[in-house]
Amino acid sequence: MRNYEVTFIVDPVLSGDEIKATAQKYVDQLQSSGCSIVHVDEMGLRQLAYEIDNRHSGYYYSVEFQSSAGGDFLVPIELNMRRDDRIMRFLTIKLDKYGVKYNDDKRQGLIGKVKRKRKNEPEAAPVAAKPKAGKQPHQPDNLKRIEGVGPKIAEVLRGAGITTFSKLASMKSDEIKDVLIAAGDRFSFQDPTTWPAQADLAAKGEWDKLKKWQEDLKGGRVAGGDEEE
Amino acid sequence: MAASRDDIKFLSNPNLGQKRKKYCRFRKFGIKYIDYKDPDFLLQFVNEQGKILPRRITGNSLKYQRRVSTAVKRARHLALLPYVTDLLK
Repeated sequence: MRNYEVTFIVDPVLSGDEIKATAQKYVDQLQSSGCSIVHVDEMGLRQLAYEIDNRHSGYYYSVEFQSSAGGDFLVPIELNMRRDDRIMRFLTIKLDKYGVKYNDDKRQGLIGKVKRKRKNEPEAAPVAAKPKAGKQPHQPDNLKRIEGVGPKIAEVLRGAGITTFSKLASMKSDEIKDVLIAAGDRFSFQDPTTWPAQADLAAKGEWDKLKKWQEDLKGGRVAGGDEEE
Repeated sequence: MAASRDDIKFLSNPNLGQKRKKYCRFRKFGIKYIDYKDPDFLLQFVNEQGKILPRRITGNSLKYQRRVSTAVKRARHLALLPYVTDLLK
């Protein structure tokens, strides 16, 4: 059993129904030649990187399928595509096991995982942050609200016993730097100069001020001249 | 690190001349498959004219450089990346 993937570009001048019918025709043809279709991905209308047949855009389709027959079943299908005016380009490739896994993950939305994680956390953050802004210094703060601190660094800081904004605010930037260096090479290039001041604002609950200031910062560093109050 | 010492003052940043070690991002982050249908990702491996960058610049290991180059070539065939152009980036 082998996995294949055929990607083709349908002429965008056709009406929506005709485009769908064209794609469906080849899906049916694949099925009738003994393939099982795993997934039909309609990638949609895209700008072409260069002109093909006086067209500047095309409607992309990608069909993943399995077949246990040898590659011969592809010959008539590719011949049809070549003869078909409506198909501008096509490409059939064999997928290795990593390719299959990648496509699977992509369908489940696992590709681009990092972004998803970040979205989830800020949702939880304001809820946790608000009550503590008053006085509950023992509840851990969401250190990632400080510009320059990401999830990894927050973990490092937490490991060093820095769990709250007020604790971070009381530290000097050199001390934070030492913590980062101790955590490994990856973190040592971080510049924590502004973190204590940022944490100070956060600890006092002055989110507006902090936000305004963070807009001036570039990755947690002072961008231009001294914008500190 | 020399930069964190306060008693020595350098005229220029002492870290300036140091080279950062190159690494293969596919090995480092465990990426096993390079998708030819993702032109935005492949854009990292071509120069402004759409030529494939050499390993000595990207730092890719040989295995993944080969895969990058096939992925770029497939993307070119499907008009997801240009064969020749100017001002790609």
